[in-house]
Amino acid sequence: MSLLKPTPQVCSWTQALDHSASLATYVANGGYQALRRVVTEQVSGDAIIAELKTSALRGRGGAGFPTGLKWSFMPRAFPGDKYIVCNSDEGEPGTFKDRDILRHNPHQLIEGMAIAGYVLGARVGYNYIHGEIFEIYDIFERALKEAREAGYLGDNLFGTDFCFQLHAHHGYGAYICGEETALLESIEGKKGQPRFKPPFPASFGLYGKPTTINNTETLASVPWIVQHGGQAFLELGKPNNGGPKLFSVSGHVNKPGNYEVPLGTPFAELLELAGGVRNGHKLKAVIPGGSSAPVLPAEVMMDCTMDFDCIAKAGSMLGSGAVIVMDETVCMVRALERLSYFYFEESCGQCTPCREGTGWMYRVIHRIEHGQGRPEDMELLNSVAGRIGGHTICALGDAAAMPVQSFLKHFGREFEYHIEQKRCMV
Amino acid sequence: MATLNIEIDGRALQVESGDTIMDAANQAGITIPHFCYHKKLSIAANCRMCLVQVEKAPKPLPACATPVTDGMKVYTRSEYAINAQKSVMEFLLINHPLDCPICDQGGECTLQDLAVGYGGSSSRYQEIKRVVRDKNLGPLIATDMTRCIHCSRCVRFGQEIAGVMELGMPGRGEHTEVMPFLESQVASELSGNVIDLCPVGALTSKPFRYTARSWELSRRPSISPHDSLGSNLEVHVKDNKVMRVLPRENEDVNECWLADRDRFSYEGLNTAERLTQPMVKYNGQWMETTWQAALEFVADKLKTIPAEQIGALSTPYRPAEELFLLQKLMRGMGSGNVDHRLRQSDFSLDDKAHGGFWLGMPVTYMSRLNRMLVVGANLRKDHPLMAHRIRESVRWYGELNLINAHEDEFLGKVHAKRIVAPSQLASTLAGVCRALAELKALPVPDIAAHGVADDTARKMADSLSGGETRAVFLGNMAQHHPSYSQIHALAQEVSRLAGASFGVLGEAANSVGAVAVGAIPGCGALGQPALKGLNAQQMLAQPLRAYLLLSVEAELDTHDPVAAIASINAAEFVVMMSPYKGKSLDYADVLLPIAPWTETSGTFVNTEGRVQSFSAVVKPLGETRPAWKVLRVLGNLLGLAGFEHNDSKEVLRDALGDTPLGSVQAFLDNEVSGVKVEPPSPGEGLERVAEVPIYQTDAVVRRSPSLQMTLDASLPVARMNSRLIAKLGLQENGRVSVRQTASALTLKVQRDDFLPDNCVRVPSGHPLTAGLGPMFGPITAEPV
Amino acid sequence: MANPDSSLRLSAESLALIDVEVAKYPPDQKQSAVMGALRIAQTEKGWLKPDLIEYVADYLGMPAIAAYEVATFYNMYDTQSVGRHKITLCTNLPCTLMGAGELAEHLKNKLGIGFGETTEDGRFTLKEGECMGACGDAPMCLHNNHKMHTHLTPEKVDELLDKLK
Repeated sequence: MSLLKPTPQVCSWTQALDHSASLATYVANGGYQALRRVVTEQVSGDAIIAELKTSALRGRGGAGFPTGLKWSFMPRAFPGDKYIVCNSDEGEPGTFKDRDILRHNPHQLIEGMAIAGYVLGARVGYNYIHGEIFEIYDIFERALKEAREAGYLGDNLFGTDFCFQLHAHHGYGAYICGEETALLESIEGKKGQPRFKPPFPASFGLYGKPTTINNTETLASVPWIVQHGGQAFLELGKPNNGGPKLFSVSGHVNKPGNYEVPLGTPFAELLELAGGVRNGHKLKAVIPGGSSAPVLPAEVMMDCTMDFDCIAKAGSMLGSGAVIVMDETVCMVRALERLSYFYFEESCGQCTPCREGTGWMYRVIHRIEHGQGRPEDMELLNSVAGRIGGHTICALGDAAAMPVQSFLKHFGREFEYHIEQKRCMV
Repeated sequence: MATLNIEIDGRALQVESGDTIMDAANQAGITIPHFCYHKKLSIAANCRMCLVQVEKAPKPLPACATPVTDGMKVYTRSEYAINAQKSVMEFLLINHPLDCPICDQGGECTLQDLAVGYGGSSSRYQEIKRVVRDKNLGPLIATDMTRCIHCSRCVRFGQEIAGVMELGMPGRGEHTEVMPFLESQVASELSGNVIDLCPVGALTSKPFRYTARSWELSRRPSISPHDSLGSNLEVHVKDNKVMRVLPRENEDVNECWLADRDRFSYEGLNTAERLTQPMVKYNGQWMETTWQAALEFVADKLKTIPAEQIGALSTPYRPAEELFLLQKLMRGMGSGNVDHRLRQSDFSLDDKAHGGFWLGMPVTYMSRLNRMLVVGANLRKDHPLMAHRIRESVRWYGELNLINAHEDEFLGKVHAKRIVAPSQLASTLAGVCRALAELKALPVPDIAAHGVADDTARKMADSLSGGETRAVFLGNMAQHHPSYSQIHALAQEVSRLAGASFGVLGEAANSVGAVAVGAIPGCGALGQPALKGLNAQQMLAQPLRAYLLLSVEAELDTHDPVAAIASINAAEFVVMMSPYKGKSLDYADVLLPIAPWTETSGTFVNTEGRVQSFSAVVKPLGETRPAWKVLRVLGNLLGLAGFEHNDSKEVLRDALGDTPLGSVQAFLDNEVSGVKVEPPSPGEGLERVAEVPIYQTDAVVRRSPSLQMTLDASLPVARMNSRLIAKLGLQENGRVSVRQTASALTLKVQRDDFLPDNCVRVPSGHPLTAGLGPMFGPITAEPV
Repeated sequence: MANPDSSLRLSAESLALIDVEVAKYPPDQKQSAVMGALRIAQTEKGWLKPDLIEYVADYLGMPAIAAYEVATFYNMYDTQSVGRHKITLCTNLPCTLMGAGELAEHLKNKLGIGFGETTEDGRFTLKEGECMGACGDAPMCLHNNHKMHTHLTPEKVDELLDKLK
């Protein structure tokens, strides 16, 4: 039971163990006890939702929505089919934490989803896994097989009348499926195009049935909270930002990787954990929450703690906790050009502002980067970004606009230089 | 539904909960710009043009997809809303070509119209514009895909209304393109509606392309002369010529849709085959003459022939006024030989019916039926928009049960079906009748005594005993069937046992009207007793001395074209009244050019008994005259009383009284009594299954070049299942020689494993198969 | 109608795998299995010819155009022919920060092709990929969609290419 003691490691504790992904490892360390207890003792769903609310667990996929509140939206008494869906479509540049959970700790996610199924009255769940990590998909399929054979998934679990089956569904190269309603469309075998809301998935989700969708890390945190209580989880973070969180640190650091630290940890500490800026270079900029979050200059970032509220105050978003570190060698025009190409390439094409606007922004930035910039381009870019933002069906429009606006805001000088001098400043 | 109080642009409104802002605005007459929204399609919210300001909302919201809430305050014209709308318009225009001057949509383009209000005067977009390859969607729809704004209306139409997803939007982002799979033609019989739905010039009418600008056209209301729905038309005219046909919205009839047949048949009006001058055959030579001379010749000749030796036949596609005067003329001369049921073969209900057969319900009810049984109908092709309504019922969880002799795709979910040889239709229905009686523990009706309640019959019976709204319908094949009377009586019993409505899907534009005005033997207008006489089959089985034909192309319009042509050829005097010359040049003695529906006023009574009168939209071509005038003058020349009508309205009043609608409705009745049902003898040999192809139904459609290039107008083939192909030693796609009563015909063999055993399906009503024989009955097939 | 061209038929093994996918979803939602089914078909046949897409669509009882929409929306499906070895290099920002740009140049020079192209001998296709969700191990590439190679350097790329015949 040692590993389920209140330690900062909620999701990543198996990583150091041999056969980290195996059922044996998980069960030997107290795995599936939370599920067994709630099912056999028939713990009420309300009680579990109350614990989640106490825990201040906020969605780890990017939006940071309180999980307990989300679960309470589900019409649990609705008599027909209901679904629980896990979003493991991790394609936000900079984010790679869910991959490690699936790779090293798949059973904790399975247990979390089964508990969710129990609480929300869903008999079937799907885990949607990013297509590019197909080897991880295979690992998860093997874990599902183990769990079924051991009686943690299937009919009449632990001899009760509770039934829950879980399946893996893979993406195949579409960032937009990380948007929860696009993900549902994708499970339905269609193009991954986001749905407009309302209706929300809680009332009209997968196959039109009530559905709750949570991120991998969110669901994997549930067994811990059930086992140790919401208060214990809350105390691992800070008020309104419960628990530890996996931060994916990439880019110009000496030790890129995932670090599970309490929410509220100073950025400077996280940077140090990741080995500091590589080659002794100077920190220039950080995107603190995945590529869609506004970039922050080094000096702003060094004063931040890593939690939803502080990063928001600084003008960005904690998002999925993906920290992209850029040192002084980075040309911000080239960096933005690549990000803009990404949103242009990944726009689903459904709604007008994003379909037309992302290509427009990319083409203008591409021109600037290639010495064809015009004096009016910066104003144009800001205007186009402003005309996309807030006008689209899903958040990809905003996600495409925010990098443009924030790069221009904090590093406008570099863009001006590019336009005037037709070459790079760094 | 609760009522909510909201405010739009400062106007207080009361709306139903569940409505969207768009619904509420529409009710209040407030226009919100939009492209993807369409009242008949699912909400897509993808164009974003309808973004409006909603108090307390953090961003502009799409009016089409946002439900109203109590106390909501909406601003559609605030600076905030206009900014959002202008933003969207800028994005829509950056890649849209500036080719309005050469675009067929110019002048009736939503994008063009809205760009005037929301677009900038110059573009800030200085990059290269997108170019999209055009697609070949077949003979009806032209494409300019670079103009597409991705509203997805055409795709949703296919999925939701046509019932078949022929167009999709493959690709992603700005590379998304509307296209069919693998360059295939669009084959839906409702395909032309995407032309109306497309808010830009990406999908336009191919036949109409580059022939006129929308502002040059006069728009005139009319009624479609094809199927028995009577779709409401808006005919567009330029220089006294019909240039195109669009739907005229009527929620109770065609909604905002048109079948392709209604939309594109107008091309057949302008062909060189039009008859424009009265003609008389003199010494075997056709001579043009005057109306006066021609009609005097006809009257003089008719006076020399005993009335009972004259037969009058009309197609059911002619206006009621003409059919009324035709029967009045015949009865005035002392003959009851008048009929319009040219494809019918069992007339034994004529003395067992109590009124005119009809749909049994308003057309609108067909969209909300819980349980349905349809017998002997080619729903999609014979009744394209009623099929859409039935699909709508099915989408609302209705159960559709089918009994038919072939299984053409209905494009919706079918609950249970029995596909049987034509000779087994009645006994199959008897099985359902028995199953229903047993299920309800009621006595099995005598006429169903021979029925076998097998699993399918019980499944259908089960289905028909559930739900709240139920209906049994008979289609064209049932009506043409040699055992129609039995099928009708059995269907009546099934509907009685099920507590279902019972309806006959009218075969043609005026099938109901023709009966109502008395164009059948023994029954005058509105069922008044009238001179008895020969029915269509009797008139054509043996030659009469004279025939008066009202647009009857005997080789195509009749149940047994071989017998019909033989009789007509043997007659001594044949008068053909038709807008076309056609084959009648061979067998007629007088040709009288009468107006197609666009050149005359008239009335069609649709299958629900809706009396729809229309006016001419163009002047008659050449010496063409409305047929009611021709018949009226003929009546005068024959010295008959009661031919003093001054206009078609007077004719209609003469036929149906001062309140035609009420009179017709009172006359309609599907009840029959006294039908005896004989158990069918097991058929020997092969049976013919014949349907009339969708674009061969009437003279105008047959002459529409674009419709004749569609897949539905492909050359007839002989279809049979693999067992029969093997049994006969044939090869799939090889040749087969088929024969009925007359000469043999060589056709291509097509495998159709949905056909019953020992059935050969060869369409009727087609020039290629006209020499074959009756629509039902024995047929032989052997290798060539 | 199932396409009669027998070269399109999938092997019994592939069909069995597709059936496993189908079984994951409610019986009236076979279309849900289209992503898995197209992946399995592509793995067996190399790329998704339109007729193969139609075959898969028929197998799942969905319109061919709907399956084609899926095949063209998700960029790991190949609707054009590809070489025996498809190398998809991620060039997104975190990978670029770690040298993906230089790797791209290295690969292009070494293979003599650009992104989206196939070597004349049909051995390699080079593709530019988007974020693969493993940025901590940047830079990286996928070999034939399913095998990820991380922490790439020009030397490791050379080694990998040499192994792929």
